[in-house]
Amino acid sequence: MNRFPAIAIASGKGGTGKTTVAVHLAAALLFQKRTVQYLDCDVEEPNGHLFLKPLIDSVEPAGIPVPVVDAARCTSCGKCAQVCEFNAIALLKKPLTFPELCHGCGACALVCPVGAIREEPRAIGVVESGQAGATTIVQGRLTIGEPMSPPLIRAVKARRDPRAIALFDAPPGTACPFATTVRGADFVLLVAEPTPFGLHDLVLAIETLRPLGVPLGVVVNRADEDRRVQDFCAANGVPVLAELPDDRRVAETYARGELLFDRLPEWRGHFENLWARIEELL
Amino acid sequence: MKVAITSSAQTLADPIDMHFGRAKVFILADTETGRAVAHDNAQNLHAAQGAGIQSAETVARLGAETVITGSVGPKAYRALQEAGIKIALVEAVCPGTEALRRFKNDELPVLDKPNSEGHWV
Ligand code: SF4
Ligand code: SF4
Repeated sequence: MNRFPAIAIASGKGGTGKTTVAVHLAAALLFQKRTVQYLDCDVEEPNGHLFLKPLIDSVEPAGIPVPVVDAARCTSCGKCAQVCEFNAIALLKKPLTFPELCHGCGACALVCPVGAIREEPRAIGVVESGQAGATTIVQGRLTIGEPMSPPLIRAVKARRDPRAIALFDAPPGTACPFATTVRGADFVLLVAEPTPFGLHDLVLAIETLRPLGVPLGVVVNRADEDRRVQDFCAANGVPVLAELPDDRRVAETYARGELLFDRLPEWRGHFENLWARIEELL
Repeated sequence: MKVAITSSAQTLADPIDMHFGRAKVFILADTETGRAVAHDNAQNLHAAQGAGIQSAETVARLGAETVITGSVGPKAYRALQEAGIKIALVEAVCPGTEALRRFKNDELPVLDKPNSEGHWV
């Protein structure tokens, strides 16, 4: 077994306690003297750092190479607009570019017969990294209003340390940013709430993940007498790895940006058990 | 003058389509001769993003000088501007013939900024 697997912690929507689970998994692993790297791929709202409190010592810009057309050289042949899958170039009198739609694939520059296209980086955010004790943290921070997060998520994941257990804090939802994060993960941990909405979002996430063939497991957060998430998982062969009890003190500790183990030592056991279950499935 | 009318179906008798970017059909009408030809926009309809841009490209290629529609998103607006195509607005669904008649009588306001959020990016 790979001693340094990559685990993505995800949820079908925000607010399920995904980050709580991720940071406490990191803390529990640290107690076991494992080397952990926390990669916050929730780049629109990275908040793992609120709990892990790293000292950020590096901030690097991340961008997408977008085309710039040299109108003097351009013959208006339209090849660039035809090749762009993302409709980021239109041929009107001259090619008109829409950098906010560009995925930076480079196809337009490649196809231009007269070399009229050069690429310039368009900044979309930054990658910050630093240490919190023995844990390394890398987090993406997307510029506010920026729609294109996958390239930044890839930039975060490119800093993965192969000599540490990687925890990917995935963005909520099941769209492109989520798929970009879980790609290459050895295991996906889905955090779900025991409500009808929670189940609905979980089903969507499982449907998105199934074709990827990556092993997955579910954590039920704020578990109560509503068993529909557990019933669904049992019926569909998805393992439920932990049921974290609904505990008011957890929310209080969370609101203060503190880790649970100092005040509620019994919670360490929940997360050590969770890790043991994940290891069995890797 | 050639105008492109966003339409829900193939003829000027059909109701216009209020959304430029995802219009089903463009009917290219010649205001002098009265000739009208329908052009399907089905391809753009399903574009994941930038449908309005593609639509602008299409009407530019068709040689339209004005577009008659209900709403235009910011990217399509930029593209239409670049192509030098004017936008005339109808405020409610009506048959294409009606929109065209009002346009010829100078009754339709000309859009000078985007008036839709561009729901599909
Ligand atoms: S780099 Fe790719 S996505 Fe961007 S404009 Fe060129 S072809 Fe389109
Ligand atoms: S491919 Fe090159 S020459 Fe052709 S329209 Fe695009 S920029 Fe101009």
